[in-house]
Amino acid sequence: MIHNRTMIEARPAPSGTIGPIAWLRANLFSGPINSIFTLLGLYLLYVLLMPTIQWALINADWIGTSREDCSRTGACWVFINARIGQFIYGLYPGSEIWRVNLTFVTFAALIAWLAIPRLPFKHWVAAVALLGFPLFAYFLLYGGHFGLDVVETHRWGGLMLTLVLAVVGMVAALPIGVLLALGRRSHMPIVKSFCVVFIEFWRGVPLITVLFMASVMLPLFMPTGVSVDRLVRALIGITLFQSAYMAEVVRGGLQAIPRGQEEAAAALGMNYWKRMGLIVLPQALKMMIPGIVNTFISLFKDTTLVMIIGLFDLLGIVQAALSDSRWLGFSLEGYIFAGLMFWIFCFSMSRYSQYLERKLHTGHKR
Amino acid sequence: MSARPKVPTQGPKPPFWRDPAKRALVFQLLLVAGVAAFLLTIIGNTQANLAARGITTGFGFLNDTAGFGIVQTLIDYSSQSTYGRTFVVGLLNTLLVGGLGVLAATIVGFIVGIARLSPNWLISRLANGYIEIFRNIPLLLQIFFWYFAVLRAMPSARDSMSFGEVIFLNVRGLYLPQPLFESGFGLIPLAFVVAIVASIALTIWNKRRHEATGKRLPAGWISLALIVGLPLGVLVVTGVPVTWEVPELRGFNFRGGITVIPEFLALWLALSIYTASFIAEIVRSGIQAISHGQTEAAQALSLPQGLVLRLVVIPQALRVIIPPLTSQYLNLIKNSSLATAIGYPDLVSVFAGTTLNQTGQAIEVIAMTMAVYLTISLLVSMFMNWFNARVALVER
Repeated sequence: MIHNRTMIEARPAPSGTIGPIAWLRANLFSGPINSIFTLLGLYLLYVLLMPTIQWALINADWIGTSREDCSRTGACWVFINARIGQFIYGLYPGSEIWRVNLTFVTFAALIAWLAIPRLPFKHWVAAVALLGFPLFAYFLLYGGHFGLDVVETHRWGGLMLTLVLAVVGMVAALPIGVLLALGRRSHMPIVKSFCVVFIEFWRGVPLITVLFMASVMLPLFMPTGVSVDRLVRALIGITLFQSAYMAEVVRGGLQAIPRGQEEAAAALGMNYWKRMGLIVLPQALKMMIPGIVNTFISLFKDTTLVMIIGLFDLLGIVQAALSDSRWLGFSLEGYIFAGLMFWIFCFSMSRYSQYLERKLHTGHKR
Repeated sequence: MSARPKVPTQGPKPPFWRDPAKRALVFQLLLVAGVAAFLLTIIGNTQANLAARGITTGFGFLNDTAGFGIVQTLIDYSSQSTYGRTFVVGLLNTLLVGGLGVLAATIVGFIVGIARLSPNWLISRLANGYIEIFRNIPLLLQIFFWYFAVLRAMPSARDSMSFGEVIFLNVRGLYLPQPLFESGFGLIPLAFVVAIVASIALTIWNKRRHEATGKRLPAGWISLALIVGLPLGVLVVTGVPVTWEVPELRGFNFRGGITVIPEFLALWLALSIYTASFIAEIVRSGIQAISHGQTEAAQALSLPQGLVLRLVVIPQALRVIIPPLTSQYLNLIKNSSLATAIGYPDLVSVFAGTTLNQTGQAIEVIAMTMAVYLTISLLVSMFMNWFNARVALVER
């Protein structure tokens, strides 16, 4: 028999299951072993972070011009302050730095346009970024035309050189990589084996031997009397190396497109290049973007190797500044600065690629 | 009644440029001709350049005396040795740092990757922090950090950091005690081998018995006890035929013991830490790739948590983990070539560096160096393909 037909008032959840205490209990202290791990983790954090904060922030010197201004026990950021121009622009002449800045700003604007999903005209902007911008950057950075003075490449350096190497390597490697990937899937045995050998060769050797090869053997390959700029040699090496990795990314993208797409296009009477250019590649490229960003990140980190063949990229110029007799003993500050710069670039790019992966992953995922 | 339109079965033959087979042939011939022309130009130019510089090609230089010393050698080597021996010394040093790096990176990577999945919020965040910090900083920078900012900043030999008065760390490297084996020590490796064979036999017997009778012994624990206990027992019975040579400060430096040079330490630390961050991500995504239904099904069979992991999750996760893991191992070995930046005597440093500079035999030296890395890569890829074919799920 039911005596009471009225609804019971909703009661708040038991105090033990909501609020910060409950969160702590569920996530940090759910059992004895977990509690021990939490305490160990806290201790580790304390041991690592406290001295670092003390050294890098609290006891650090920030303002000044020479090493005499670094009187405290902590880090000496004065060193970075005094050298920041070199770290970013290398030995680029001071009066011409606006050219580098203009290139940076244009580049950033193009990338931002491409990266923000809401903005229109993506195809046109991409075409400008891939075809027009390299020419624009070349004329602006190297000069020699339109009344701009020539700035020799041995004066290029720092972050600017790092970006030049990574971006040029990437933009040049992309078309080669697409061709190699298409060749690898081709039914023509000679084309296929040529592409396989090419890709596997460059993927099998370390970048440093490629750079050695580019800097030592390339001059031998040229007709007698022709000399190649050192930066161009490094760029050739990086492009060849990168194109093989790019080819594998493109191949992955191509494999993700169902075969029916190409067959349907063939049934409409399209020839090979139309099938690829209008049907398969546009779909595949979209899937490839995260992979392309990931290879770009590793290329960006790998550009540091050019310092071994005598170019002064960001790490190279920091390393050179560390051996300056006026600023001996600040290697930690130098490396932390360079590391932070690289980290900011790589981390934001990897976050962007993760975001894209989530966006593109429209299938079922738990 | 209905007149079907006549379909021409044999039309006029298409012109040869519309025939895919013939077009492919022409295309490939063009490619071959292009590559051949390119190679011939390069070879011609190279010969002209080499003749102009007075360099003779060939591998005869490998028998010449090298005339430079190497700071770390695994085989006998002196400045009187040949360039050929330099090559071997460099190769062995590369393999040493590569092998130890793979070992350390695997251990750290698996621990961090599993910690990343821990239900403990703090532990999982810490593991994530490790991954995000170390994989987004160039390896070369990390090597420089460990070498110039940490190990080069160590105290001098007189004020060495000491760990229990047996291990010493100073600016010249890490000094470890060296075991000296006396006669009768040979029994211990023998006991170790016997224990391993016995535990394999035990496992097989246990599995058969389990299938036949449903009873089983805790074979894992027994094997562990055998493998640890038997050599230890032999060690005690034979009266511990090992003495340790502890490094000692004499004058300005340490004598005795094993010296680990700082270049090796820096390279090994940086390689392991850097690669471990990638391995951790691979392990995490491998475990997460196993569909939750698998775990739930195993739990529904009332398997205990340990067995769920061991029998259901890990075997499937390994299938996902191992291919990218091998490519990380390859990356580590290739990245060990950065040794040249801090002067660790690996293959690239002593062979493609010093030897190339002394002899000028750029083509031979670079070709040999690249061939070594290519061989390693190809061997590992072949193993991978074989492994993939073996473990691949057979569907439909």
